[in-house]
Amino acid sequence: MKKLLTRWIVVLLAFGLIAAACGNDDDDSGAAPEEPMATEEPMDDPEEPMDDPEEPMDDPMDDPQETATISIESWRSDDAAIWNDQIIPAFEAQFPHINVEFDPTVPTEYNAALDTRLAGGTAGDLITCRPFDASLALYNRGDLAPLNDLPGIENFSSVAKSAWITDDGSTPFCVPMAAVIHGFIYNRDAFNLLSLSEPETEEEFFELLEAIQEDGTYTPLSMGTNDQWEAATMGFQNVGPNYWKGEEGRLALLDGSGKLTDQAYVDTLASLKRWSEYLPDGASAVTYTDAQNLFTLGQAAIYPAGSWEITGFNANADFEMGAFYPPPPAGQSTCYISDHTDIGLGLNAASDEPEAARTFLTWVTTSEFAEIFANALPGFFSLQSEPVALDDPLAQEFASWRNECESTIRNSYQILSRGEPNLENELWAVSVDMLTGDGDPVAGAQRLQDGLDSWYTPGS
Amino acid sequence: MLIKVQLLQESEVGSPSKIGGVAKLWHPRSGGNRRFPWHLAIFLAPAAVIYTAFMVYPLVDSLRLSLYNNSGSYIGLDNFRTLLGEPVFADRFWNALRNNFVFFAFHCLVQNPVGLALAALLTAKGIRGQHIYRTVIFLPTTLSVVIVGFIWRQILSPLWGINDSALLGESSTVLPTLSLISVWQFVGIPMIFFYAVLISIPDDLIEAARVDGANGWRIFWSITFPLLLPTLGIITVVTFIANFNAFDLIYTVKGALAGPEYSSDIMGTFFYRTFFGNQLALGDAAMGATVASAMFFVILIGVLAYMLLWQRRITTYQL
Repeated sequence: MKKLLTRWIVVLLAFGLIAAACGNDDDDSGAAPEEPMATEEPMDDPEEPMDDPEEPMDDPMDDPQETATISIESWRSDDAAIWNDQIIPAFEAQFPHINVEFDPTVPTEYNAALDTRLAGGTAGDLITCRPFDASLALYNRGDLAPLNDLPGIENFSSVAKSAWITDDGSTPFCVPMAAVIHGFIYNRDAFNLLSLSEPETEEEFFELLEAIQEDGTYTPLSMGTNDQWEAATMGFQNVGPNYWKGEEGRLALLDGSGKLTDQAYVDTLASLKRWSEYLPDGASAVTYTDAQNLFTLGQAAIYPAGSWEITGFNANADFEMGAFYPPPPAGQSTCYISDHTDIGLGLNAASDEPEAARTFLTWVTTSEFAEIFANALPGFFSLQSEPVALDDPLAQEFASWRNECESTIRNSYQILSRGEPNLENELWAVSVDMLTGDGDPVAGAQRLQDGLDSWYTPGS
Repeated sequence: MLIKVQLLQESEVGSPSKIGGVAKLWHPRSGGNRRFPWHLAIFLAPAAVIYTAFMVYPLVDSLRLSLYNNSGSYIGLDNFRTLLGEPVFADRFWNALRNNFVFFAFHCLVQNPVGLALAALLTAKGIRGQHIYRTVIFLPTTLSVVIVGFIWRQILSPLWGINDSALLGESSTVLPTLSLISVWQFVGIPMIFFYAVLISIPDDLIEAARVDGANGWRIFWSITFPLLLPTLGIITVVTFIANFNAFDLIYTVKGALAGPEYSSDIMGTFFYRTFFGNQLALGDAAMGATVASAMFFVILIGVLAYMLLWQRRITTYQL
């Protein structure tokens, strides 16, 4: 009996030890407020095995003792094949002692998962940077290293760097990789069939939509509002710069000399409201992917687009496509396009291999990288001062607008979405209201400005 | 969810006698030389330790976090004042809570009667293939919510689906539609539980009633329904807990903003947006923990109400 009791006590002690060990672990991480986010991470795992088969091929050449391995955090899981097959091999051919791994997370999980990994010290060496505040917050927290002295950072204009620089403009913390341009992609077959041509002015644009509507073969505009963001991103930010005169209007909002209740914004919303008649039936339940499919299946004539669609559309559509920029309102000779800084690459301040990571970053600033990247991912346009030769005709079309029109970036991205209610999300909601045809442009503009006024003091 | 249900039921059925057993084994003031029942402690230890480390501790820490701000200083109930007082949060909070009750009401009012009807059909005599139906109807419960959400979104799509109207796009229909999708998925659980009760009712009870001249309606309300009530209560409270923790279906179908204009926003999606952020809005750990605490209290109140107002009063019959 005594023997039995001793055994039980041993078992109990073992449990006690395990409990104590668990307790210690918890204490360590308990200080970090992000701890509960750890539950997010398993979602990322299915992405990883896809990348692995690529890597052993690169390894045998290298001397294992000198090889540095760096990994790249990214939300562009769609591009994993391009990174693994084109970009990384090109780099490793030049720098055989550096082994690069591309480790993407799905876009909607990226910010949260990255935050968790940075807090827990498990993030990759290179961090793909969202533009503006999300990355600025990482820099201010010390997660991203300053890149003032990175060789090659001077290859970028100040506009290109504006998305990844401190508010005073002194310290860049990500290398600008690519911008996306807004416009409209159309089905050339549909235009030929109905003998239509690209519109030059906004009125022509609506006449064009009316003509397609009357014919009835095609849905005029392929867009839904189910996911909300596309209404603002491909609607409001697409046609809006023509009204608020690009950078001029955007900076006026920042310094307070412009208001969202100004005529320019009311007109933008009114123009969006006119779209509502030309959207597919039941547009309020049509998702982003539904709209993409509707267009690539040849059932819709025009797709309000971002240039990032080019790769997918080239792969899925079996008809010729063309593109036109948002046509300016009558009587306006200058056109404005949204040429939005979208992707940068930064250095994890806690990287174990900072030298290797900086070598990669410097390579990212070269025209060699820009050419591979821009051609592998047509629709993501290089931000370097020196122009890059593009092969894809649709991408060439988009890029050519940079010479014809004035570029700006999305007006809600810099500073104006720092508070609650968040301007970006408000824009989603108000733009959806317009596209469903229910909203009133004046009231919508007022709602946007009221939301901004509740927390933003211009110039502060 | 099924496991939770079983645990709840077992503990409810079994606990009184077990507690009695413990009291007999070890009572400090009765028999002097009775020993402390180490074996009980040892058998409870694995579950208690794991549950404490992975459930109790994070829960308590999350409650603690809601009393601090993001720079880590203690601010008392300020976060709760913000949540309930500032329109930016309060509007969203009350909207999410109201929507969550609607979501729960649909489950209660549709899932239970349909589950019972299906169980009755499964126990009815003379219907062929009952085993197959039982499996098929239960099957969606085992599917991933992400798959269910995706499939239903395609079925209901105005472009390629079965109807032309935007059921998932209009603010008036989106929440009922999502609730019914969820009911479709989980109706197998009440069905199986009611089924288990129905087959446990002895035939002689029913036959005796019939001999006494009771019709089917009377038999249901006087015999079957009283015997179903304890199970109905458990299913309701479990559904309540699951509904107020729900998130995945709405997130899959409508995204974190739960549109249009937050009309399908429930506590889970509100919590997700607050804690993890959304698009350009950065996450807020302290306010996120505050929303999570609010969810906890709502669920706590619901479960306490069940235990105090329902479980104690309900009569359980031994058959």
